[in-house]
Amino acid sequence: MSNNLVEFNNISKFFGSVIALKDVTMHIKKGQIMCLLGDNGAGKSTLIKTLSGVHKPDEGEIIVDGKQTVFDSPRDALDLGIATVYQDLALVSLMSVTRNFFMGREPMKGFGPFKTFDVNKANSIASERMGQIGIDVRDPSQAVGTMSGGERQCLAISRAIYFGAKVLILDEPTSALGVHQASVVLKYIVKAAASGLGVILITHNVHHAYPVGNSFTILNRGRSMGTFEKKNLSREKLLGMMAGGEELDKLEVELKEIDRTNKN
Amino acid sequence: MSVKSKSIQNKSKDERLRKVSNLKVLLNRPELGALGGSVLVFIFFGIVAGDTGMFSAYGTINFLEVSANLGIIAIAAALLMIGGEFDLSVGSMIGFAGICIAIPAIYWGWPLWSSILFAFSMAVLVGYANGILVVRTGLPSFIVTLAMLFILRGATLALTRLITGRTQVPGLRVLIENDPIAWIFSADAFKGVFTWLGSLGLIALRQDGTPLATGIPASVLWWVGMTIFATWLLMKTRYGNWIFASGGDKLGARNVGVPVGRVKISLFIGTAVAATIYACVQVLDAGSADTMRGFLKELEAIVAAVVGGCLLTGGYGSAIGAAFGALIFGTVSMGIYYTDVDTDWFKVFLGAMMLIAVIFNNFIRRRVTENK
Repeated sequence: MSNNLVEFNNISKFFGSVIALKDVTMHIKKGQIMCLLGDNGAGKSTLIKTLSGVHKPDEGEIIVDGKQTVFDSPRDALDLGIATVYQDLALVSLMSVTRNFFMGREPMKGFGPFKTFDVNKANSIASERMGQIGIDVRDPSQAVGTMSGGERQCLAISRAIYFGAKVLILDEPTSALGVHQASVVLKYIVKAAASGLGVILITHNVHHAYPVGNSFTILNRGRSMGTFEKKNLSREKLLGMMAGGEELDKLEVELKEIDRTNKN
Repeated sequence: MSVKSKSIQNKSKDERLRKVSNLKVLLNRPELGALGGSVLVFIFFGIVAGDTGMFSAYGTINFLEVSANLGIIAIAAALLMIGGEFDLSVGSMIGFAGICIAIPAIYWGWPLWSSILFAFSMAVLVGYANGILVVRTGLPSFIVTLAMLFILRGATLALTRLITGRTQVPGLRVLIENDPIAWIFSADAFKGVFTWLGSLGLIALRQDGTPLATGIPASVLWWVGMTIFATWLLMKTRYGNWIFASGGDKLGARNVGVPVGRVKISLFIGTAVAATIYACVQVLDAGSADTMRGFLKELEAIVAAVVGGCLLTGGYGSAIGAAFGALIFGTVSMGIYYTDVDTDWFKVFLGAMMLIAVIFNNFIRRRVTENK
């Protein structure tokens, strides 16, 4: 048995005649951050939805902890510890930090029909967890709307970890963030991996992916261009592969052409 | 030295933040507006109508009863609004529930208690229909329940005329006295206390020596009870968290496993059941049912909920706020008779109050959701 937490082998997904994904293979190891890179339309969203149980793959196999499995719903993936943090984060900005943290999974106390939401316990867990990331929640009953984008992202990730995630799938966690906020989130992701989680980091930003990733899978037009270890890959090479080096070269030629015609 | 000064600086910074955050907590409570409004209304009538008998036991019971009737439906409407939906069929449901009680009892010979239970089961059906339509179709509840408003009112009128040949069903009074459950909706509470106060000469008496105000009406107790129950539900239960989540962001809520559809359907059942409680109180008080009962009550309930701090977009609000919204409504609608102001102006006041409340709420929402 390998030390892979999850293996996705030769995953394909078709929508009618459209080939959304073809033969994508990814292995996620404990404590490793695997970056999934690709341009818009490369099939990132379809792949995430397939990994998190929203779509069923048409071909290929999913192996969790050495056992082959089929996800019938996102709930199945979640039960096996594969948690996805989507771009919209599933946070309600009018609700408090605590109420968001435990949304749908509230800690209870009491018996039978008198079971109530244990607000005090929830508050202390929420502020303790946020404190561990270095976010000082002065008042866990403050609305999430008052938090910054980075803090919200960390809250969503921390919630997934608290509820037993072994593999985290993060969908563009830094895309809407400024430089400082993004670095806070990336630091947290590295910490999470160091504590033994497997992380799939989906992004189109090489500058965010390269410093934190251990391996890189590049997706282009629904196909994997391969998985590369960091030691075999320079930032420039990654950048070139990701944007499609030819595309950039072509663009440069075209720009020069425009420039020339403008001058004349 | 530098470390020390830094730590002092940090500390003072913390204190400043704490203060701001406390003020914020106070300002961000949804019911703040309705509480403040109630105080203003009482001060106003205390000055203008303080010596007119408005605040005598009898006068107080009067305006409390009006507030309570509205409060019963406003609290349910507030929970639904926090859950992100409207119910415009509440008023029609009141009329429908009224004849569901009266027709079986008078024309079909059912015992009164069974026709009351029949009305409540019809309410569950109507609420379920509203809820399932909204959840399944994804249409705005505004449209779905607007349709239900007409369907229910029309059916109430048509069925009543078909069965009875008229639009009112009187004659329930004799049935109330021997009924095992009618007292839940019609009895006065604390009668002994009121009689005792009357005998001491502290409250006004009729000529036969019984006090003018005979006790606390059942509707007032329903109002208070429902406020406490709904507040407990919202603040202290898992279901309450789901209500906020469903109204705040239904996709997000669904993604983390909140059963949004079930929550919304149950809230629609809640408003229909509250309308039926309202109908029971009215029908058993008047001894008759009228097909036009509850006309426009759905809008009054929404006014009370909005004045009470509920956001029209869902996800924010409170049951206490709605209860105070109803209190403002009831106090002004009765109090205006004790002043020299022409009662025609009441609706102007109502509209203005709602506008102010919405503007105030909007301001609060921006405070709560905006970044620091």
